[in-house]
Amino acid sequence: MEHSSLAGRIFRGIALTLILIFFMFPIVWIFMMSFQNNDQILRIPPRILFEPTLANYEALISGQLRTAAGSLQMPFMRNLFNSVVLSSAAVLLALLLGVPAAYAFARFKFRLGETIAFTLLSFRFAPPLLVLLPLSLYYQELGLSDTYFGIVWVYQLIALPLILWIVRGYFEDISPDIEHAYRLAGHSWREAFTRIAVPLAGPGIAAAGLLSFIFCWNNFVFALILASADKQPVTVGALAFVTASGIQYGQIAAAIVLSVTPTLLLALYAQRYLVEGLSLGAVKG
Amino acid sequence: MDMLELRGIDKVYQSRGKPPVHAVRALDMAVEKGEIVALLGSSGCGKTSTLRMIAGFEDVSAGSIALGGRRIHELPPARRKVAMAFEGYSLYPPLTVRENIAFALKSAQLSRSEVTRRVDEIARLVEIEDILDSYPRAISGGQQQRVSLARALVRDADLYLLDEPMGQLEPQLRAVLRGRIKSLLAERGMTAIFVTHDQTEASALADRIAVMEGGVLQQFASEKELKSKPANLFVASFIGEPPMNLLDASVARSDGGFRLSVGTDMHFDISGAGLDSEATKALAGTPQVRIGIRPQKIAVGTGAVRVKVVSNQWLGDQSHVAGDCNGRMLIAVTPGRVAARPGDIVPFALEPRHLHIFGSNETCIRHAEVS
Repeated sequence: MEHSSLAGRIFRGIALTLILIFFMFPIVWIFMMSFQNNDQILRIPPRILFEPTLANYEALISGQLRTAAGSLQMPFMRNLFNSVVLSSAAVLLALLLGVPAAYAFARFKFRLGETIAFTLLSFRFAPPLLVLLPLSLYYQELGLSDTYFGIVWVYQLIALPLILWIVRGYFEDISPDIEHAYRLAGHSWREAFTRIAVPLAGPGIAAAGLLSFIFCWNNFVFALILASADKQPVTVGALAFVTASGIQYGQIAAAIVLSVTPTLLLALYAQRYLVEGLSLGAVKG
Repeated sequence: MDMLELRGIDKVYQSRGKPPVHAVRALDMAVEKGEIVALLGSSGCGKTSTLRMIAGFEDVSAGSIALGGRRIHELPPARRKVAMAFEGYSLYPPLTVRENIAFALKSAQLSRSEVTRRVDEIARLVEIEDILDSYPRAISGGQQQRVSLARALVRDADLYLLDEPMGQLEPQLRAVLRGRIKSLLAERGMTAIFVTHDQTEASALADRIAVMEGGVLQQFASEKELKSKPANLFVASFIGEPPMNLLDASVARSDGGFRLSVGTDMHFDISGAGLDSEATKALAGTPQVRIGIRPQKIAVGTGAVRVKVVSNQWLGDQSHVAGDCNGRMLIAVTPGRVAARPGDIVPFALEPRHLHIFGSNETCIRHAEVS
């Protein structure tokens, strides 16, 4: 890299800037929109300079949506809280179940092993709408509909296969002899798993956890059908922005900014592991 | 007392849709306390499977393993009291070399100064003192192998299993380490089994060598015995460098013994007096045998067998002369230089007393006399 010419460096800088603008533009635009009111947003031609207002955030945080037709209750912060609770709980549960399962699939050959692993993966193929109708009937029967536990459970369809299959690859890349050496030194099988295998697969587990957190966070349809107002995550709650008197663009933008923030922070924090994890998975050895 | 006893060990690998692989068959072996044993054989002969069964990473399909009087084949690896150096090194990536070695001592609950002392001692032995603070990914394959070796040897165990312990090392270092490890093992009365495909290493390090082929233990004896009294054709041809000359011979009775003829031009008279009753019976019952003679036992420059020299190599301390005798290749090794060029006719002397005779089932009928 140090040997590249001045022209090369300039070209690289321009290319990076273009790519950055291309990818960042929607986010920056939404960020700007969140500080404007509907009139400013819908003005033609649009303007870069405007007088910022915090009204959108105020409305969201207080839960009072003011529209032309009047005031509307909108428990946005509650939805945000639900999203955090549901996604975190779902990912934690999926990690607790999926990491040991991934280890078993990677290390041991057992009857129907591949079949079970593939069945779990196939949950990701099925369109959610296909399973939702029977699922909602069962849930009503079991008393699980409109409970946090019920939604966390159904989120396993999203998180578990992802974690299982990503983490399995990482365990397969670790030489079993490293664990053997540890066990010969007088440690049990369980210690070899928790002290050697899991730390070595750490980047992969972090990457799989983050990805499944994002997928759970963005889920819409499961929560739409199975949760009522006080258990709804932001994805479903956002429907309330489509009001009788029009669409509240400014508030939608502010809601997006608020709802992206937790995942963004998590991703920034885990970025190091994520890149390391994903690249280690691609290149064996 | 036998430290390790393997009885009737079988190992069969089953995988769905494929025929089962019989890796080890009916293996019986007893290793004495303080003995160093080499498992020698070509790739896939079952030697590593045997080692892993002793360590406990593979189940035995049949048979039993006892170590120091304890039946260990049903115990988890942690409770077998064996230490192992792995072929693939298997160091813990997040730990430094020093921590990797010290880690093996953790369960021994030693004081910190004692751990440091022992790690330093073993590090000096395998010459890795200067990389003790490096991480495994930052050191070379040969260094990793020595760390792995140190991690096994630093422990107090009933048995030390070493899988190709020096495969990655440079020849000079290998020779030095062999000597040091041998004296370390002997000094502390440590019992060890190591796997190798290198005869020189097996002879230099081991008290006894177990030759394996096709999952079957062919012979378990000292190097000297393997050379002078090979149990069968496989051991005879596998042990020794260059390999033993083997020829087909027909058997005919002669007065007081047997006459073995190779083609029409080479005859060996075996006197009946030198044969025990079983050998006599075996020779009388077979028209065809294989005879073997070590290259070192063929004298060059005298004798009745005329060969056409194919190659003549001076290795600095000995000559290897390969010659063609009516379509059969013979190799002779002599201590001095031989003045012969390819194409020259040179006499070779093959004496009947130096012949190993193998029967139709490849077992040895008669060994050469030990001179």
